[in-house]
Amino acid sequence: MAFENLSDRLQMAMRRVTGKGRLNEKDIDDMMREVRLSLLEADVHFRVVKAFTKGVKEKASGEKILKGLNPGQQVVKIVRDELEKIMGEKAVPLTINEQGLTIIMLVGLQGAGKTTTVGKLAKFLQGKHGKNPMLVALDVYRPAAIEQLKTIGQELNMPVFEKGTDVNPVLTAKEALGFAKDFNHDVIIIDTAGRLQIDQKMMQELIDIETAVNPDEILLTIDAMTGQDAVTTTKGFHEQLDITGAILTKLDGDTRGGAALSLRQVTNVPIKLMGLGEKLDQLEVFHPERMASRILGMGDVLTLVDKVTDNIDEDDMMGMMEKMMSGKFNYNDYIKQLKMIKRMGSLGGILKLIPGVGKAMKNQDIDEKQLVFVEAMISSMTKDERKNPRLIERSSSRRRRVAKGSGRKVSDVNRLIQTMQQQVKMMKQMKNMDPSNINPNNPLGSIPQPKQKKKGKGKGKGRFRF
Amino acid sequence: MGFFKNLFSSKAQKEKARKYKVGMDKTREGVLSHLKEVIETSKSIDDTLFDEIEEIFIMADMGVDTVVKFVDHLKDTVSLKGISEAEALKELIIDEMFKLYVQDEVVTSNLDIVDERVNVVLFVGVNGVGKTTTIAKVAHEYLNKGKKVLMVAGDTFRAGAIEQLEKWAQRVGADFFSKPAKSDPSSVMYDALNYAKQNDIDLVLCDTAGRLQNKKNLMNELEKIHRVIGREIEDAPHETLLVIDATTGQNGLSQAKIFNEVTTLSGIVLTKLDGTAKGGIALAIKEELGIPIKYVGLGEGLDDLEHFDLEEYMYGLFSGLF
Repeated sequence: MAFENLSDRLQMAMRRVTGKGRLNEKDIDDMMREVRLSLLEADVHFRVVKAFTKGVKEKASGEKILKGLNPGQQVVKIVRDELEKIMGEKAVPLTINEQGLTIIMLVGLQGAGKTTTVGKLAKFLQGKHGKNPMLVALDVYRPAAIEQLKTIGQELNMPVFEKGTDVNPVLTAKEALGFAKDFNHDVIIIDTAGRLQIDQKMMQELIDIETAVNPDEILLTIDAMTGQDAVTTTKGFHEQLDITGAILTKLDGDTRGGAALSLRQVTNVPIKLMGLGEKLDQLEVFHPERMASRILGMGDVLTLVDKVTDNIDEDDMMGMMEKMMSGKFNYNDYIKQLKMIKRMGSLGGILKLIPGVGKAMKNQDIDEKQLVFVEAMISSMTKDERKNPRLIERSSSRRRRVAKGSGRKVSDVNRLIQTMQQQVKMMKQMKNMDPSNINPNNPLGSIPQPKQKKKGKGKGKGRFRF
Repeated sequence: MGFFKNLFSSKAQKEKARKYKVGMDKTREGVLSHLKEVIETSKSIDDTLFDEIEEIFIMADMGVDTVVKFVDHLKDTVSLKGISEAEALKELIIDEMFKLYVQDEVVTSNLDIVDERVNVVLFVGVNGVGKTTTIAKVAHEYLNKGKKVLMVAGDTFRAGAIEQLEKWAQRVGADFFSKPAKSDPSSVMYDALNYAKQNDIDLVLCDTAGRLQNKKNLMNELEKIHRVIGREIEDAPHETLLVIDATTGQNGLSQAKIFNEVTTLSGIVLTKLDGTAKGGIALAIKEELGIPIKYVGLGEGLDDLEHFDLEEYMYGLFSGLF
């Protein structure tokens, strides 16, 4: 996950401090050097790093801290607050007109991910805002760029307005406006060709398009893996166009994504959205304050909550919780649960959002095929077996039959049964848990975690139990 | 003290380096020209100056570890040699840089392509780095050398990727092989190599879908592609090139490491060096993993792919100093 390494480094830098009762000047200097290097390693722009460590040092050197009871914790808090300050305090929403047409234009360097993001954004606006988008293909330079957008349009079942590669993009843009109005589209999303911010001729084209269609949003698409140059790029685009926001792409990689920290600080351009995968539904609102937590390894619980609420029918969920807690959970429910999880998106992605899990899973890959295997095994059970998990627990011939039917081994079936039992047990414990005992700083700490440490051996490697 | 004088006295060298310089001069705010400013405005050599030098190298994405090590070494050398004038630092920096990256190195940037066999080059990398365009440029180079070149559309995933490569193939006049979108890329390679054998192809250039190196399933897919190629043609792929975008930051190291584990890289192609980014990450990769840079991309035209020459590149980096 992005930022994971940064949080590792910061945590390591902080660990030395956390055990300590008092900090002297040298402790703080040492720590600031670690913070500085780790931020630089994370591709945060060096000027931002400078300002950041200076701010943290000033606050940390205050007398109150040095005499405080737990200076380590206080410094961590200062680092976090400062990070949040740089990232921008709140998510800045897209400007979407309630009435009439909203025009959005994507710009950026070559290969940043504009065309894919245009498709994602269209799906996002259709799903979250109930809009009726139309896509406009203005990349007449890269071979097959228009075909790419058309394929995406087909997949989304949305029209793509294009005039081939021989028509001037400015003219096409103008025409697209009229077309959108005639066909009652309320959002148009314009894909432009990738270009260098120092290419005067190509930048002039963007300025002409801007003048011609007067977009509500001009979004700079920027690769999360960008190094120190991110600031130069953003500045260049911003000086010539009225950039209203940025979209950070490829954040599902293992980049530390420090560019995100720099952008707002140096250029004042808010990051509005982030791309988290190659599929068209993998675009999310960028929440700077959550990102700051993520940097510090505190997990991104809020995004998880959003995902769950977006994808799960509440009644379904409550019914299932009730069943689980009463111990009547059976294989039919299990498969329902699996399907919910699948709907939420990539399994690995979800688990990483849970605090603590991101780190634990760092080198493990969640094999989504396992889900398919589990489904196959459950499908090989009879109706009665699915309703009553004890049948299969008690009979080895039933287990053999299920293994055969699903093409798995008996040991796989046994593991499934174990997982099922564990889950029921865990849910029962949860039910008996007194909410007043929950540690507010570590709400999951009071829940007995299923044993996960056995991973890394043979077939069960990378399996996560449900 | 040899490198500095060599580099800046040889006229031929300078002429050869011209194209690099032109490419990299587009930089409005020359990263390393800051170095000149910093050194020239500094009266004495002190920690502040070293900090600033460190920052300038980091700004070129040269790898934090490498830079910290380098600057520490610089500090030692300065005190050892008793250098007290900031101006003398310029020369020292260049000499030390060359020692670090260039010395004793006889690396050819030519690809391992020989007559009398079907040569296979596999292009890998994360999304959006310019793999497809690079393939077109390499095809163009070898077509001009009279080779029969086949371009293979191994990116069956991304929308429009096959069409993109096909258009390039038409433009440069190469043979082209593809299967329908969403086909298994390994099966595309299998069929393409058989096509190559039957049609007397000299050079097969295999495109692959962009993939982030932390996506296990996609890396497994790549491993399979690599294996299938090796099974069809002995010792193939003869070259596996990782394409890296010059704007990439420290993540480039992670890319190189993981792709190298899966496919054993023979070289790096550093693209988009005509922008403002200095692509210093390629130096970090060379330093840490020993994978040589073979090509640099300096523009969108078919001729804008240059064989990499470390000395020329260094010249491009440091020319702003003087």
